[in-house]
Amino acid sequence: MTRIHQPESGLRASDLHRRMYRDMLLAREINDRMLILNRQGRAAFAVTGTGHEAAQVGSAHALKQGVDWVLPYYRDTGVMVVLGMSAEQILLGLFAKADDPNSGGRQMPNHWSFPEQRVVTRSSVIGANLPHAAGIAYASKLRGLDEVAIAYFGEGATAQGDFHEALNFSAIHRLPVLFFCENNGYAISETSEKQMSVRHVAERARGYDIPASTVDGNDVLAVHQEMRWSVEELRRGHGPKLIEAKTYRLVPHTSSDDDRRYRPRAEVEEWARNDPIDRFRTRLIEAGTLAEEEAERYAAEVREEVDEAVDRAWAAADPTPESALRHVFREEGDAP
Amino acid sequence: MTEATYIEAIHAALAEEMERLPTMVIMGEDIQEGGVFRVTDGFLERFGPERVLDTPLAESSIAGVAIGMAQNGVVPVAEIQFADFSFPAFNQLVSEAARWRYRSNGASGCPIVVRMPYGAGIQGALYHSQSPEAFYAHVPGLKVVAPSTPHDAKGLLKAAIRDPDPVIYFEHKRAYRLIRGDVPEEDYSVPIGKAALRREGGDLTVIAWSMMLHESLEAAEELAAEGIEATVLDLRTLAPLDRDAILEAARATGKVLIVHEDNISGGLGGEIAALIAEHAFDYLDAPVRRLATPDIPAMPFSKPLEDYWLPSKERIAAAMRELAAY
Repeated sequence: MTRIHQPESGLRASDLHRRMYRDMLLAREINDRMLILNRQGRAAFAVTGTGHEAAQVGSAHALKQGVDWVLPYYRDTGVMVVLGMSAEQILLGLFAKADDPNSGGRQMPNHWSFPEQRVVTRSSVIGANLPHAAGIAYASKLRGLDEVAIAYFGEGATAQGDFHEALNFSAIHRLPVLFFCENNGYAISETSEKQMSVRHVAERARGYDIPASTVDGNDVLAVHQEMRWSVEELRRGHGPKLIEAKTYRLVPHTSSDDDRRYRPRAEVEEWARNDPIDRFRTRLIEAGTLAEEEAERYAAEVREEVDEAVDRAWAAADPTPESALRHVFREEGDAP
Repeated sequence: MTEATYIEAIHAALAEEMERLPTMVIMGEDIQEGGVFRVTDGFLERFGPERVLDTPLAESSIAGVAIGMAQNGVVPVAEIQFADFSFPAFNQLVSEAARWRYRSNGASGCPIVVRMPYGAGIQGALYHSQSPEAFYAHVPGLKVVAPSTPHDAKGLLKAAIRDPDPVIYFEHKRAYRLIRGDVPEEDYSVPIGKAALRREGGDLTVIAWSMMLHESLEAAEELAAEGIEATVLDLRTLAPLDRDAILEAARATGKVLIVHEDNISGGLGGEIAALIAEHAFDYLDAPVRRLATPDIPAMPFSKPLEDYWLPSKERIAAAMRELAAY
């Protein structure tokens, strides 16, 4: 069976590849800037997914935007860029401004909520949103809707009971859920050996009769191809799937973490030589899809885009203090 | 009006809402069989297995899956078989459902109902008897109801199903077949957040809910024969509290006894007492009293131990006499 598919966006492959490259660049620029802004004392906290861009952008480009449900986790800047959350909107969240689309400055940065793209609000409790994905997919199936749910999480989340309960429930009811694990080898400081007795997260799915695969998460096209195929299977009603994208976080867990305490520098440098953006750039240039000058232009564009976004987001209004009391229960104008 | 038991009223509320709402789903352990208490008897045949959903024995995902369903056009009513088993779902209810609207700044809501059979008096021992309402009533973002009559059991369940926010619905196991009462035949609901005056008297006020309301009413009748007239306030909703009704009853009688099945320290009685102390102190003729279960981990199985543990109408009457004489 062939595994070559038309892109969901309807773009020609070469256009899609350039788009994915640019999305990865933009996600990286936002990630880098968030940590810098924290170091400058302008943001109280930052959490990024630097190094995960291929896994995020490659997977998100396989979804039907506005139709499929997305439950990203806090590293997923790349997923949100693909779904059309602007740099400015993301930075409004970083600065906890009133117009932060995720939470109006209530949640820590990168705790995504974006109803217009069916991105569902989440907490900081790892794995707790996985049963939500199962419930959303149960509703899709019950209502006969042609849509899937994709839940993103790290390998640390797979130690949680909610991960296992969500897989179990989804498998029993053959639900259209895709469990997408960005396995970067570390749950903050804890290596995978401290989280699980199996080598790959994919092996965990076997006990639930859920087909699972492990892909090179730093190869955006490999991730994309695996995702496209899996999502098509989901749409055919073949039940849940799990994809494990092996990747690496090139930065500390958050702005409050010092990864030098637990990760050898040689290891980080080794992975930096496997940077998903550099790899993709080389590949696109070799294939003739992208010219050197075009790559330079993209880099300049995203820098400028983020520069402007920082200025606008920084100048935006804070929430009014007394608004802290609002939206405990439904108010007029709230979602139903 | 027809007479119905408490359990029949709950059954009727669920059945009528299932008829009315094609995307309503009831879910929980053993509910296709009718549930361990037979609340959902006959639902499987009437509504099919997709809408009458037997879940795995995993309470966190019962709540979590319900939360997900509610995002996608389904009206979920989840049953936690015994409130004692709700703790594995605690994180889903407290960190997720309760904060959903707040943390999305009003951009999305979490309209779920979680039914929890609860309460003591059936020799359910440590893990089939608890009254954990204070845990949930403590959490902003959750509404908590605990009806005492068939009328309110039906009306509050309908209100909960129609509410845009998460509601924890405590139904008392001992009330299921013990408590009967009139239930209107037409569609109605009972507003969440409103207490009900069950009896009026000038000497003191008893505040209670669910089965302790019935014990308190019987005690009040006993005292009436002795010439002591009590007001009995049925809270019905435990969060948000009906502050006006509580303060009005406290001011009118000057003496208040609060009765609950939850253990005394950190129970809801403390919150009600504090409310009265803060806002009705000048009206008080006696310290606010609480009668509740002792601070032991949970109710024991042995009948003599259970009887010792649980407030009875006799002990409520004794506490009322003492307070009236103060």
